[in-house]
Parts: sequence; C-alpha cells; structure tokens
Amino acid sequence: MLAKRASAAPLDRRSFLIASASAGAGLVIGFQILPKFAYGAAPGAGPIKVDPNAFVRIAPDGTVTVLCKHIEFGQGTHTGLATLAAEELEADWEQVRTEHAPANAALYNNLHWGPVQGTGGSSAIANSYDQMRYAGALAKAMLVAAAAEQWNVPAGEIAVAKGQLSHAGSGQSASFGELAELAAQQTPPSEVTLKDPKDHILIGKHAPRVDSKSKTTGQATYTIDVMRPGMLTALIARPPIFGATVASFDATEALQMNGVEEVVAVPQGVAVVARDFWSASKGRELLSIEWDESTGETRSSDQIMAEYRTLADQPGLVARQDGDSDAALASAAQVLEADFEFPFLAHAPMEPVNAVAEITQDGCEIWTGSQIPTVDQGAAAQILGIAPEKVTVHTLYAGGSFGRRATPDSDMVAEAVSVAKAIEGRAPVRVLWTREDDVQGGRYRPMYFHRMRAGLDEDGKLVAWQHRIVGQSILKGTPFEGMLVQNGVDLTSVEGANNLPYAIPNALVDLHTTDVGVPVLWWRAVGSTHTAHSVEIFIDELAEAAGRDPVDFRRELLAEHPRHLGVMELAAEKAGWGEPLPAGRARGIAVHESFASFVAQVVEVSLDGGTPKIERVVCAVDCGRPINPDQIKAQMEGGIGYGLGAILHDEITLDGGRVAQSNFHDYVPLRIEEMPKVEVHIVPSEAAPTGVGEPGTPPIGPAVANALYQLTGERIRSLPLSKHELRGA
Amino acid sequence: MALRITVNGEERTVDADPDMPLLWALRDHLQLTGTKFGCGIAACGACTVHMDGFPVRACSIAVGDAEGAEITTIEGLDSPAAKAVQSAWQDLDVVQCGYCQSGQIMSAVSLLEETPQPSDEDIDVAMSGNVCRCATYVRIRAAIHEAAKRMEG
Ligand code: FES
Ligand code: FES
Repeated sequence: MLAKRASAAPLDRRSFLIASASAGAGLVIGFQILPKFAYGAAPGAGPIKVDPNAFVRIAPDGTVTVLCKHIEFGQGTHTGLATLAAEELEADWEQVRTEHAPANAALYNNLHWGPVQGTGGSSAIANSYDQMRYAGALAKAMLVAAAAEQWNVPAGEIAVAKGQLSHAGSGQSASFGELAELAAQQTPPSEVTLKDPKDHILIGKHAPRVDSKSKTTGQATYTIDVMRPGMLTALIARPPIFGATVASFDATEALQMNGVEEVVAVPQGVAVVARDFWSASKGRELLSIEWDESTGETRSSDQIMAEYRTLADQPGLVARQDGDSDAALASAAQVLEADFEFPFLAHAPMEPVNAVAEITQDGCEIWTGSQIPTVDQGAAAQILGIAPEKVTVHTLYAGGSFGRRATPDSDMVAEAVSVAKAIEGRAPVRVLWTREDDVQGGRYRPMYFHRMRAGLDEDGKLVAWQHRIVGQSILKGTPFEGMLVQNGVDLTSVEGANNLPYAIPNALVDLHTTDVGVPVLWWRAVGSTHTAHSVEIFIDELAEAAGRDPVDFRRELLAEHPRHLGVMELAAEKAGWGEPLPAGRARGIAVHESFASFVAQVVEVSLDGGTPKIERVVCAVDCGRPINPDQIKAQMEGGIGYGLGAILHDEITLDGGRVAQSNFHDYVPLRIEEMPKVEVHIVPSEAAPTGVGEPGTPPIGPAVANALYQLTGERIRSLPLSKHELRGA
Repeated sequence: MALRITVNGEERTVDADPDMPLLWALRDHLQLTGTKFGCGIAACGACTVHMDGFPVRACSIAVGDAEGAEITTIEGLDSPAAKAVQSAWQDLDVVQCGYCQSGQIMSAVSLLEETPQPSDEDIDVAMSGNVCRCATYVRIRAAIHEAAKRMEG
C-alpha cells in the first residue's frame, strides 16, 4: 500500500530544525510486504518487516530521504543505513539524506530486541542489513513500475542507475523525482530480489558520511539547540548522595534571581525554571535544600571494593562450567592467581544529557537524543497519564552517548516531562545538565572485582581456569531483566568471560551480584570493558609462565575459533610482531569478541618519565561483510581513544557516598597529544555484518597493560593506570 | 541590561547580566547554537570562538567583557583558512557525533592562520584544549595537515 501525505515529515519543524533542502510536499514510497526469506543472522527472528511509509521517501526534487530507526550519535549509523537502502534503490549518493524516524515500536523495532525501538549492543547495521536493503529494493521496484506504465514498455527492460531510470529501446529516461508521484500509485511487488554482492557499488565501498557538512558548519541540531516558542530552561538540584531525597527546601533567594520564573519539586530533586541557562544556573546555586540522607548510599569506593574482595572468597552463581576446574587446579603443576579491580566510570558524552518536553492540547512532544525512543515514549506517557501514542518523540543527533542515553528508566525524558507537568504545561521546558551534573549523576559503568585462577600442567598446557566476578547488575529492575538475566546471572556482568574462546578443558565463570545504591548503566562495550581486560592480561601471564610467546600461546588455544585467530594473525603480522623495536619500546597484544565482532590490537608503548605513552596501535577487525570500510576504521579509532582515556586516567570514586570528581579537570578525557597513531585492517568477509561501535574499545586496555609489562616488568591489575607509578625495567 | 557585542560582523544587542558567559549570550539570546557547551570551565574547547582574531573559550568570558570586541563563531567563518579546514574536515570525514567539532574547527583555523604549515607538535599544542570524546583525533591531525596543503596549493 502506498500513501501520499500532505506533509511528509511527521514533525513540526517550524522553529528549530534547519529547513530541509527538499522543498514542498514529499511523496512517501512505502510497502506492505513481507518478503519471504530466511533471516540467518538473528536466531528466532521471523520475516523482516518492511512496513508502509517507513523507510524511504522520494521528493519531487529527487531528494531521497532515508528514515533511520536508529539514533546517530557519532557511530555513523545513518550513513550505514542509508548506504543499505541506496545500494538497492540505485540512488545517487549525492541525492540521499537521512532523518530520524519517529518513535514507533511496530514499524521501527530493533529486530534483534523484540518489540522495542532502540539502538545498542552494536546492533544497528546487523539488525537492519536485510530490512533496509529490502526497503531500497521495493522502492526501486515501484519506480520501475511507474516508468513501465508511463513509457508503456516492459518493466524488465528498464535500467536504473544513479537516481535515473532509462529504457534503451525507446530512448526514454527520467529521474527518481520525476517518477516519484506515479511510483506512489503502483501496486508493490510481492517479491523482490536483492543484488548479488559482487554488483555492490556502495556497500563495501566509500560512501562519505551524510552528516559531515552539517557538523562542520555548526548547522547540525542537537537537543541543546532546540528552541521552542516560550521555552524555559530548567536545572535540577539532585541529591548529594545517591538515594537521598528532599526533606525541605527554601527557594526565596533563588526566586529573586533575575530570569528565574519558578522553583518546583520533582521526583528527581528541585528544579529551577528560568528564561535561560545562566539564570537557572545562578538560581540553583541560591537554593537552600535540606536532604534526607537516611536512605542514601554512604559507603566510600574503598569500602565497597574491600567488601567485593571478601565476597570473592565465596563461590558465586555459575555462569559457565566446563569439566572440574577445582580438581584440575589441585593437580596442576603451576597455579597462577590474580585479582583485578575496576572503578566506576562515567560516560561523559561531549553533549551533557538533556531533553525538551512540551505538553500540548492532546499529548506531549519530546525532543531528545533518544537511544530507546519507545521506552522514552512510554515513560513520558506514564508520568502524564496519557496513552503512549499521544507522545511524539523527535529523536535528534546526540553529542555522543556511549550508552548514557540508553536509560531503561528514561531519566532525562522523565525529568523534562516532570518539570513540564510541575509548571502545569504552561511552557515548553528543556532540562539541561551541566558537566558537573553529568560526572556526579551516576549511571556509571559499575565497579568490579575479578579473581582469576588458572593452572598449567608440566608441559605448560592450560588445564584449568576460574574467573570470579563481583559487581552490580546493570539490568536488575529494568524492563530488560527478563531478557538478559538468566538464573540470577546478569549476562552483561559476565559477557566476555562466559564466552571465553580459549580451549581449556576445565573452566568456571561465576558471579556475585552486589547491592550498592549507585545507579549503573552500560558503558561502551558493557561487560567486555572489564572482562576482556582481566582475561587478556591473565592469558599473557599464563603464556609467560608457560614460557611461550603471547601470540603463539593464544594461537594454540584459539584453534577452534577461526575469526579470533584471523584478527590476531592479521594484527600481529601488520604490527611486525616479533620484530625488534627501538630501545624503550615494547609491544602488547589483546584479542576479543564483543557483539559478534572480532577485534585484535597490537600496541607499542614507551614511557615518558613515569607516564605511559601509547605510540602506535595496529588494529584488525572482523565484522562480517564490511558495509562502510572508512566508518569501520573511524569506529576502531574512536573506540580505541575512548577506551584509552578511561584506562589511563579515569575513575569515579565515592567518598562517604559523595562523588569526588566533578568536571574534566578531575575526570580527565583523552586529549590529542595522547592519541596514538592507529592503523586499522579489516578482514574481508562475506558473513552477515555485525557492529563496530563498541568492539574497538575492549582490547585496548589489556593490550596496553601487556605492553607496559614488557617494558616495566610490572603487572598492573587495577585501573586507571594513572594511580600507578611506572618505571622502566 | 542591554549589552552591545559584534558577532560575525554584525552589531547585536543582548539583554543580559554582564556576567553571563558569552557562550550563553550567543546560544540563548542570539540563537547562534553552533557554539557548544561542554564543561563551562574552559576545560574542553567546545565553546571556542574567535575574539579579535584569537581563539577563546566563550564559556569563561563574560559577555560584558566582550563589548567592543569582534566575535566570530562557526556560523560566521569565512576566511581562506576556514574554507580549507572545513573542506578538509568534510573530505576526511573527521566528525563522529560532531558536538566538539565547531570548537575543533575554530581552533584549527586559528592555528593555520598563525602557522600555515604546522608540525604534529604544533597541532598538539594548539589543539590540546579541545576535547573530543569520540576521539576523532587521528583525523583531526590529518585534516589539519590536509588543510595546510590546500591553503598552499
Ligand atoms: S564549554 Fe567552554 S571550554 Fe568547555
Ligand atoms: S566528534 Fe563527538 S566529541 Fe568530537
């Protein structure tokens, strides 16, 4: 079924979005077809839905707009999704634009997640690979049918290339735009055939980012840029310790501040509502609030870590068990043991989180960089006591997220809606967070403690492995709990450990889930941010104990895992593993699978005084069929830099429950002078494509630690590295 | 209080306290939202603008102190160095989330106007104040070299 809409965009873009280049009403080419095919990549997934009006819009001026169900927050998803559709549509890349799709679980759910629209787990391209190609192929079929009707020639004789249709026999030709209207009236085909990959002209080739121009001219619109008529700005004073509540407050002084209009209590704290950011911020400083801290978390990080260490003496819930690791350890010729400590980490996306809410006559509109739009929609609806369909979510570019904007309880949206409701909907409200709010606001990568034990036999063969993890559950109490917590084991706590690829006959992975009153959240690569670290360092230690080269040792243990092996060999070869290095430099390697993508990194480090300097990173990635090689490289570069900043400098610590850090002076981001040279090599593959947003991050920490060990002879087992004094051996 | 500042060649009036940071006067009062807020303490560079030709952090300059100065924001960039930087940035697909990039570009343009052929060390020094949480630094460095080449050619 094809629909024609007077206004193609479901949004009111009058006052805040940059006017689209395409003028006038657009034609929506849509489909109500369930193409028959088996979806191999996602077990259990049914036929792909390609629903009416959902994905491709062609305007009379020839502009092809691809509606993207996933948020663009830097990872290049919009470019990737558009590439998939444009490939099959045979659009000219120059005519392709992208837009965020509205929140709609029926049309835009993540096919790997079930009935939720959302971006995460590096799944955007993986779950959309077939869907977006079908959307493009169907749109092309409609255009071809239109041309066949108009020219009165057989559809099979019509050629489509670069946004043009042509018929050689009659010499007719027309652009997409010229045929868009007629195409919208065609009956869609019941089946379409996708291109043979050898004919791809965009997939696997270079397609420039769709957002480079707007993001280099200051024109891209983020939530912080949204202006609604009469909009007010709110800053919220939140509890000084997690779990505390407002006992009472006095807003007299704050209300005297020029520009402050109202001070209201909301479930999250006390909101100062003002005409602009600066007034709200000064007003907030003048609030006097009495907090009830009796229900708050008052422990310090050291105390929590000490408790974790004690817990690690007891067995936890089993996440994986092969053979009998206790017996194998008891009879091993050599037993190694190591403890690892990981701090809380803030995401600190460049754009501090925020949301805009406007209560309208018949519902509510939300503007935010929404990673789970249908959950945000539900949260807003619940606060207002209205049906979710009455809530329109406008997803905007986000200035980074790294997981922060994927809050199962919709924290920013809930705040904005709560404030809008508290002022009785009299004006649109934007809730902004300052950097201090962000760094101190929780939702951290949890703290973890790991205890590793392993045994080698007389021949240096790895015969026993035990990996115990202690830390908070990210998913407990969220709507995702049913899906990802199994037998009490939160899979996000153990991922990267329970799928250990190394061939070890006796292995145990177990977990203690702790109760700490600090809100925690997924942070770029989630469980693998800590599991990869301890596993890959410990494997290096074992290689040394066995008298083996780290690459050799892994090679033998990975014999059954060709894709791990593939990236490891490629990275090692390109890095010149085994070749001599100048004095004062050393190499380290790590290999890890996350989100079904495989990444190996070889780093070269040196020491500058006591400070580690990462000179070079050689990275190999296998993410199935590469969709956009340059963006795969960009994500590896970014993932490496993000991980590097964290392992070098970052920790959030609690002092009597209060967060000790507050801004970029003490939660220190990686800066340009610390960024190594990065070389990325992509393993050619015809496997189903998988994601790259997260998998570049986990290997960098252990690869650096392994290299530093070669240089200093010191095994560093707690992060960040800046806590340790390093000396050359 | 009505304050007069010159932004992108135009005289503009802002009704604000003189202690309001220039950043928020630009964003909230003049709707020039290309300049971003990242930290508010001159630690990230997201708010970098040019004041009388020099890069400054707009979050840490009071709008009252900007009276009489010439302010240029990303929206007003127009010099040969700016064009070279923006085109190099686009051709190398430097951006990821893009949020830091207005500030990065403002700093890079200043660098090239001062030092047309910067070394890696020059780049590190000039760009150290501009944080990119997406860590696009490899490409920022490459794009600055590329822009330098384009300005020469
Ligand atoms: S916002 Fe001005 S330097 Fe960060
Ligand atoms: S591109 Fe995202 S912070 Fe720089």
